[in-house]
Amino acid sequence: MTARAATNEALWVRVLLVVIALAFLTLFLFIPVGLVFGEALSDGLATYFAALTDPDAGAAIRLTLITAAIAVPLNVVFGLAAAWAITRHDFRGKGFLVAMIDLPFAISPVISGLVFVLLFGAAGIFGPMLAEADVHIVFAVPGIILATIFVTFPYVAREIIPTMAAKGRDQELAALTLGATGFQTFFRVTLPNARWALFHGVVLCTARAVGEFGAVSVVSGHIRGETNTVPLHIEVLYNEYQLTSAFAVATLLVLVALLTLVAKQAVSWLENRRVVA
Amino acid sequence: MNSPIAMANALSTNDLARSAADIIADARKASVRYDEKIVVAGHSSAIHVENVSKRFANHQALADVSLSFGAGQLTALLGPSGSGKTTLLRTIAGIEAPDKGRVLFGDEEVTWRPIRLRNVGFVFQNYALFEHLSVYDNVAFGLSVKKTPRAEISARVKELLERVELGNLAHRFPRELSGGQRQRVALARALAPKPRVLLLDEPFGALDARVRRELRTWLRKIHEEIHVTSILVTHDQEEAFATADRVVVMHDGKIEQVGTPAEIADHPATPFVRDFVEPRHATAR
Amino acid sequence: MNSSSSSSPAPAKRPRSYRPIPGLGLSLGISLFWIGLVVIIPLVALVLMSLRLDAETFWNVVTNERALMAYALSFGSALVAAIINLFFGLLLAWILVRYRFPGRGLLDAIIDLPLALPTAVAGIALTATFGPHGPVGEMLADMGIQGAYSRLGIVIALVFIGIPFVVRAVQPILKDIQPELEEAAATLGATRSQTFFRVILPALRPALLTGFALAFARGVGEYGSVVFISGNLPNKTEIVPFLIMTKLEQYEYSQAAALAFVMLIFSFGILFALNRFEKARRRLPRIVEATA
Repeated sequence: MTARAATNEALWVRVLLVVIALAFLTLFLFIPVGLVFGEALSDGLATYFAALTDPDAGAAIRLTLITAAIAVPLNVVFGLAAAWAITRHDFRGKGFLVAMIDLPFAISPVISGLVFVLLFGAAGIFGPMLAEADVHIVFAVPGIILATIFVTFPYVAREIIPTMAAKGRDQELAALTLGATGFQTFFRVTLPNARWALFHGVVLCTARAVGEFGAVSVVSGHIRGETNTVPLHIEVLYNEYQLTSAFAVATLLVLVALLTLVAKQAVSWLENRRVVA
Repeated sequence: MNSPIAMANALSTNDLARSAADIIADARKASVRYDEKIVVAGHSSAIHVENVSKRFANHQALADVSLSFGAGQLTALLGPSGSGKTTLLRTIAGIEAPDKGRVLFGDEEVTWRPIRLRNVGFVFQNYALFEHLSVYDNVAFGLSVKKTPRAEISARVKELLERVELGNLAHRFPRELSGGQRQRVALARALAPKPRVLLLDEPFGALDARVRRELRTWLRKIHEEIHVTSILVTHDQEEAFATADRVVVMHDGKIEQVGTPAEIADHPATPFVRDFVEPRHATAR
Repeated sequence: MNSSSSSSPAPAKRPRSYRPIPGLGLSLGISLFWIGLVVIIPLVALVLMSLRLDAETFWNVVTNERALMAYALSFGSALVAAIINLFFGLLLAWILVRYRFPGRGLLDAIIDLPLALPTAVAGIALTATFGPHGPVGEMLADMGIQGAYSRLGIVIALVFIGIPFVVRAVQPILKDIQPELEEAAATLGATRSQTFFRVILPALRPALLTGFALAFARGVGEYGSVVFISGNLPNKTEIVPFLIMTKLEQYEYSQAAALAFVMLIFSFGILFALNRFEKARRRLPRIVEATA
């Protein structure tokens, strides 16, 4: 991956362009992100750690992790199933399936949460039924999990489908001629070949599950200590003018985001290192 | 030409003057092992294709094709791209299913039998090696999915790798090998589970000319050692004539001519064969 | 393998559909089940709820002044932000692909940060930066411009989250442009800027369009990063998602559904047009490589 050796612009043009680009990024990226840390630490380290170890913050972290731990594996299973159907078979309606997978991308997060309120909220379609059974989905943890599943739905599938499609079906066909069953083929040939793309997809899916705000905000009810994920907890703190604490908790998510980027780069690097020309 | 069986019986080599049943009986009497340097046509089926037709979208790939492949023979399907030769091969393998017609291995109909129950070895043009597995594991794959004991796998893999002259590369990975080496691994892999039929789809197409010539000689040698019924698809006339016992020339989904290389070169039966095949390219074997 | 000794076996029955690779039933079953449960049922609920309103109320809800202002704001600011990202995205892609400078690799990785960063964090970070007490906000205030709690603030937030889309769409295409094209133009006497505008830019146009559309689509629906910086003043800085939220909090489910329904029509329209365009150019269905 080399840049073209011979660029024909004059040096001053090049320098100018780089400076402008860097200025743009500084303004819109570096300063805001840096400020998160700046504000978080503005009252000193003690306050910083206090905000992180606060019981409500702890509950929020736990809820976020549980949500991700449920949503991501389910979407992995779905992603693999969808990828197998789409890339290893021909059938009518494949385009429809692909379009359905793309759907959550086209929908605003708020709408993603809204649909579950419409289904399970007090005045929703199943509302009265649920009230009778004393089952709480909206304004409770199950609703948060559902909304998260909805928004993170496509990530794994969209990472592995192009990779699997590009690899072609020959290896699976070879395995079948050698006597492998469908399951043997899937676990011994397909899955190992897709592992980098799968890992990529899991990383993205998890990052999104952890950071989702809009959809979860709609279904959660913002009940402190119970139905707040970490992003919601930040919002609550912010709205209560506990700015330092809000930023302190936000630094956690920034670190997760940076970790995500590092993981992505690491996977790409590992993957390319094993490929010999 | 009437029935496929009659066709098969009318063809060249001495081995095929006897019926498959006779060969099986003899082989059993002699208690031959499959992997020794003896004709073991009994373990290897004759293939019969009856009235097979196949259409893709707006292209008729195979039009009422009937053909027999003698047990233990190496037959080449020769023709330009679009002639249907690859489709025929894939239909025999089970990768495609015909719209009409039947495919038989010996006496068994396999037309819609799932691929993995047909016991065919298939060598792809682009190797289709399992990139995440070593050479050893690639070759062992067909045996390990059948839960063969480890000692047996080890013996068989070693033996096959010796045969394809890659014994010292067992622990390398496909990405570390040259094209020619990869194709030899692919062949060893296909032969490991003792298939009754070996199908090769333009196996040397992705290789450069010199390697292609080496490998084709070497494929012929392997065939002489392990007489499994083989079908080789190629568009390269030299390759077909140099390796095969019998050549089938195909065009537009139909068979133009069947015969030994010499017969085809010296007595082309149709105008297409006359134009496609350059005379005096049949190398005497 | 033994061959049977019967002479002519009975013809086998053709199965309804022969598939060489097994597993379609199971995989398709799982996929459709999951899609039905997670995507289709909720969306059907959305349509049903919005239909609970009679036609007149529906029309009122969707076309009253507050709603129209919200739509105009959501779509308008997304458009402006996407255009800004068009320029800077191209610039960033250019220097990342063509130039070498220290920290280039790091910069390349950082570009994805707006995607990886949770929107709420982006929201408070941007408000802190461009708000009245923030470093940039103070500078803007001196110039009489309000960075936060204004329409400008919304645009700023949407620019932030849209940064990666154009860059990532353009980068691979730019990498693949053959140098021979530019060399040919140079030998024919073109100046550098002529080469850029007449040779390179046209080749990048589809990628630019894709990136623009993605940034735009993302911006229209954005919530988390906007609600902090916008101030959410009705008729002034209120975006559609916030309006929907408000209706929900007032338990006006059907009204919220109606607003969402209209917004979905627009979003789907964009996605559909985008798919058509990409299909016309026969690219792989790899539209978004996005996280949050």
